[in-house]
Order: sequence, then structure tokens, then C-alpha cells
Amino acid sequence: MSSSPETQVSTWEAFRATLKRDLLIAFKRRNDLLNPVMFFLIVVSLFPLGVSPDPAELTRISAGVVWVSALLASMLSLDNLYRADYEDGSLEQLLLSPQPLYFLVLAKNIAHWLISGLPVVLMSPLLAYMLYLPADAYPVLVLSLLIGTPVLSLFGSIGVALTVGLGSRGLILAVIVLPLTTPVLIIGAKAVSDVMFGLPVTSHFALLGAILAVALSIAPLASAAALRISVN
Amino acid sequence: MWLWFSKLGSPRWFYELSSKWLPWLYALMAVLMTVGLFWALLFVPEDYQQGQTIRIMYVHVPVASISLACFPLMAVAGTITLVWKMKLADMVAKCVAPIGAWFTGLALASGAIWGDQIWGTWWAWDARLTSLLIQFFLFIGVIALRSAIESPDNAAKACAVLAIVGAINVPIIKYSVEWWNTLHQPASSFSVDPVAPNPPEVWVPLLVMIAAVYVFFVIALILRTRNEILQRERRSQWVIDLVAREKQV
Repeated sequence: MSSSPETQVSTWEAFRATLKRDLLIAFKRRNDLLNPVMFFLIVVSLFPLGVSPDPAELTRISAGVVWVSALLASMLSLDNLYRADYEDGSLEQLLLSPQPLYFLVLAKNIAHWLISGLPVVLMSPLLAYMLYLPADAYPVLVLSLLIGTPVLSLFGSIGVALTVGLGSRGLILAVIVLPLTTPVLIIGAKAVSDVMFGLPVTSHFALLGAILAVALSIAPLASAAALRISVN
Repeated sequence: MWLWFSKLGSPRWFYELSSKWLPWLYALMAVLMTVGLFWALLFVPEDYQQGQTIRIMYVHVPVASISLACFPLMAVAGTITLVWKMKLADMVAKCVAPIGAWFTGLALASGAIWGDQIWGTWWAWDARLTSLLIQFFLFIGVIALRSAIESPDNAAKACAVLAIVGAINVPIIKYSVEWWNTLHQPASSFSVDPVAPNPPEVWVPLLVMIAAVYVFFVIALILRTRNEILQRERRSQWVIDLVAREKQV
């Protein structure tokens, strides 16, 4: 390494600095912070309008509706992940830094999840209540979203990294990322609907956890490779 | 061995070699396709349950099996592109995406026609159908990404990354979908294993048809790749010479 000892930054410090910076930027723009949650709220409330206000029917679809809406909300907020950094050039600085890009990307993904995923998770019981989800399914819903939404951020990050340099990327991002997220959606929604029927759900959580573990170890690497391709 | 490997990477070498291969492949396909189709459509006995519609299997199964092979092929080609920067590998990766999407679409369509006859419905959220549909979306994603990125080099690498990520995900999708559906419909009558319970007079023509469609796929891939080679190398001397010779003839 060419830098002098006193300016050297450890990987952990770089990780923390990246995380802190992204969170700080997000909190400086409070209105953007609300958007994913608002989007989530609006999409979920469209379903009773479009399907039926009948409680029995809403109960039946509630698990899927909450999960699909969480997926879409996470998709909508993905663009913030690298876009602004790409435009003002700080993304290039990130790529040039001597730290392993894996950890910096991971820090950005965690920040993205804290900003857009976690509020959706916290909001979900309210929406589940509005859709007449039985009360005993709430913990399963929250827990499945808690494990599942980070995977959405991690997979989504690959898609954003691949498309960050493109002019029109909103739809192509969804086309690339949504098929990749189907396993999480299937297992997450299944866990919630199974607990409504009184079936055991531990295996669902084991699978979700396994997917999260794989995504944590592989997805940032793919994102890092994609960023290096998009920014050169 | 490495010499052979680096030679393989040369588009010109591939173009000239494939010119020699193609006539043989055409002949092979013609023979296999004729034998397979006549055998399957005229001589295979009717199924005791499905009657004549069993013959759809001889198109559906080959097409579906190839559509499943396309994504791994694209991921392997993508890996070679990323690791060895081989031009030819990226051309193959680019050309296999639309072919894979077509074969997946054909598998879905022929399956739907068969399903309409046997299950009484064009579409069911059956595990195999659903995972094939999602694979179709993945192909569309790769094609869309390829066309959205202007620089060919960047497009090659970006699509390689996406193909690898997708290929890792395909088995996960397949298992999650299968498991999602088997909870709903145990003992599905849809999972007809076409080979095991049938006598050889049924599955031998199926093997012939699978071989025929595979050869067809290889020919389609080679032709597409040759076009791609000509287009990308259009400024190199050997292509200019080739075109001049073609014009003289």
C-alpha cells in the first residue's frame, strides 16, 4: 500500500464511515426518507379498492399483498443506492479506495436497508391489521420481512450497480431484479399464510435465513464487480 | 492445449471452422428430424389415456430440455468472458440469450397446447410451468440489459455478471417454486415422467427428437454467432476479403 501509516484506514473504519455517511445523507433529506413507507402504504390500500373490501377475502390475500408491496417498495427506493454517488463522482472515489469493495458495498446495502427496508417492516403490522390478517400471524409476518427485506436490498443492489450508468433505468431495473427475488417472495408469503392455517413455519425461516446468508456472502461481490464494470 | 484454447477464442478461426461443420450439421439434422418426426407422428402407438395428443410430447420435451440448458450455457460463456476476456465467448453469450428465450417461450406454448388437451386448461400455476416462466423473465432481463448498454464491452461484462447471478438463482427458484406448489397439490398428476413407465417404442423416438432439436439449436446458435462475428469484425481485413470474394461469386 502506498499511503503513509498515519493516513491508513482499517477496513472496519471504512465500513463504518460509509455506513454513517449514507445514513447521514438520508437523514438530511427527510422527505425522501418517507417515500418508501408512503408507497408501501398506498399500494397496500389499493388492494381493498381493487379487489374487495370483504374481510374474508382480504384475509386470504393479506400475506401476499403485504409481501408484494414490500418488494415493490424496496424496488422503488433502490435507485437512490448508487445514483447520487455516481452523479457527483463519489462512487468513483469509493472504487478507488484501497479497502475491499465488498465491505463498502455491504455498508451501502445495509444503510439502504435501514433507510427503506426497516421502516417497511415496522409499518407492516399496521397494514396487516387493515387487511384483517389474524393477530397471531403478526410476529411471523414481521420476522419474515425482517429476514427477507435485506435480501431484496442485496439482490437489488446488483441490478442497480449494473444499470447505474444508463439513462433510462427504472423499468429495466425491475425487469432484471424482480425475477431474482421470487424465492424470497414465495417463502416469505408462504410462511405467513401457513401460520394462518396453523402449520409449522420453522422450515420457512430456515430457508429464508439460508438465502440471506448466501446473499450476504455473494451479492456484494457481484455488486462490486458490476460497479467496476459500470464505472470505468 | 492452451494454444487450442486461444485459437478457439479467435472469431476468424471459429468462422472458418464452422463453415466446414455446418453442412454436416445440416445433414445430421435433416436425417434426425425426418426420422424422429415421422416416427413420432405416424408410427408411435396412441397413448391409452392421452390418445393422439401424446405426440405433442415429441416437440415439447426436446424444446423444454434445451431451454433449461441455455441458461447454464450463457453463464459459462459469461464466466469465460469475465475471466479470459474471450471475444467469442461473449458473442455466444449474446446469441444464446434470444435463442434461450425463444425455446423457453416455445416450451411454454407447446406445454400450454398439450395442457389444454390433457388438463383442460392452458395454464396452471404448476411448479414446472412457473419456474419456466420465471426463467423466461430472466432471459428477457438479460436481453434488455444487453440492449440498454451502449458500449459493447460494458454490455458483455454486465450481462456476464447477470447471467452468473441468474444461473445461481435458477436452481433456487426451481426448488422454491416446486416446494411452494407441492404444498398445495400433493401427488400432482402433471409430473409425468415421460421415459420410465413407457416401452422403448415410445421413448426411442423421443431421444431421436431430442437429438434432432439439439442439433437444430446448435445450428441456430452457430448461424447467429457467425452473423455476430461478421458484424463485429466488419472492419478487419479477413471479413473485407471474404465479402469481396462473395461478391465475385
